Amino acid sequence: MRKRSLTLLSDGTLSRRENTLYFENAQGRRPLAIEGIYDIYVYGHVNITSQALHFLAQKGIAIHFFNHYGHYDGSFYPKESLHSGDLLIKQAKHYLDKEKRLKLAKLFVVGAGRNMEQNLKRWKVKVSFDGLLKELEEVEKITDIMNVEARIRQKYYALWDSVLPKGFKIIKRTRRPPQNEMNALISFLNSRLYATIVSELYNTQLSPTISYLHEPGERRFSLALDLSEIFKPIIADRVANRLVRQGVIKKEHFRDDLNGVLLNDDGKRIVLRAINEEMRKSVRHPKLKKNVTKQRLIRLEAYKLIKHLVGGQEYEPLVAWF
Amino acid sequence: MDPYLPDELLIRGTEINYLFICKTKLWYFSHGVTMEQESEWVDLGKFLHEKSYFGEEKNIKIGPIAIDFIKKGDIIEIHEIKKGRSMEKAHEMQALYYLYYLKRLGIKAKAILNYPKLRETKEIILNGHEEDVERAIKEVEEIKSLSIPPTPVKSKKCKKCAYYELCWV
Repeated sequence: MRKRSLTLLSDGTLSRRENTLYFENAQGRRPLAIEGIYDIYVYGHVNITSQALHFLAQKGIAIHFFNHYGHYDGSFYPKESLHSGDLLIKQAKHYLDKEKRLKLAKLFVVGAGRNMEQNLKRWKVKVSFDGLLKELEEVEKITDIMNVEARIRQKYYALWDSVLPKGFKIIKRTRRPPQNEMNALISFLNSRLYATIVSELYNTQLSPTISYLHEPGERRFSLALDLSEIFKPIIADRVANRLVRQGVIKKEHFRDDLNGVLLNDDGKRIVLRAINEEMRKSVRHPKLKKNVTKQRLIRLEAYKLIKHLVGGQEYEPLVAWF
Repeated sequence: MDPYLPDELLIRGTEINYLFICKTKLWYFSHGVTMEQESEWVDLGKFLHEKSYFGEEKNIKIGPIAIDFIKKGDIIEIHEIKKGRSMEKAHEMQALYYLYYLKRLGIKAKAILNYPKLRETKEIILNGHEEDVERAIKEVEEIKSLSIPPTPVKSKKCKKCAYYELCWV
């Protein structure tokens, strides 16, 4: 991929003068090559001029905002330029048709489960989710699918804990606020991943609001939540695992707050560098016979979904071969 | 076959072009699943288009067709700018379709395919090709009306195609 994601961690101003985008912070004013930007992730306190927003909209660049705690706040999602009425209708049809919806919802959970299995295998923990995944076949309600998913996840976290260093056990998954370091780290990474999925969906004709496992409208871009089931284990969890087991992220990178445990600024910097690198890492794609970045795998998943929806090819969730 | 009337001709030039490149691509394109924004080759084509033939009136839109540029003389010349010759048949059929369309509007014209990178041109006239165009139009309509995309066929062309990942993932 020629274009790169831009992360703004420091406080400053994003503005446009003529046809150049500038970021100005305490270090000075720096021009940004607009053609090289894929999307922008804002973690600092950044002022953005409307001219800059117009410019980004014109170039189809989404900006994602995260609050002080690193939680996703929302995106500036430029006007959609890719439309397919035909695909939109098919997307909705697959939601409205119970069988079709269940099928997709289950596939997201199967993908998630297999990828969690794959992680544990990498971490030399013996496990099989076959039994739990088999239960899915009989299930006929979305809530029951969710339930199976929750049980897989619980088992996964417990087993993952067995390889995590002391002081970095998950113990119990807690969100808003995360109650310990590992929870804080996972939440932070998941937020970043979610935003990337939103970016990828923006670059396809899929509507991000029609989803299958999650209810549309549960959150604005619920299709990104569906896809994140597949990618959380193989992107976010792997980065989290590596950072704590290699001791790159330490206790000192967290702080206790009324809002639970949170990464501090140094911690955020380290984690963001790691996830940005991870997204750019490439793996050999066995079907495409070429190298694709981890981020591109998200787009490819969207393409597979498009093919499923138009009837070109049944969706098979990505199971990490790497 | 009865000749098509202009108001029945809703097919875009690109669709005729794609018919001779890949039917799967044609299906996706005509159903709004476009991938061209992803392609460096398409970018290159656009760049070529922008940077050549200054002074000409570019992007002439008539109904569903968009002609790269036109020269008016005794007989109207419609010009298409193309990068290379590898898809020549597709380029020719696209030009023939434009000529056919214009003829239905009562406009006599000839087409010139311009290959600025090769410094070559090729002249195309409709005479005698009407039936080829009509057959192509019919085929495009048939493919567009399929309820599912045609199964892709792997070929050498796929590698540079913007739809490569969509088709083969």
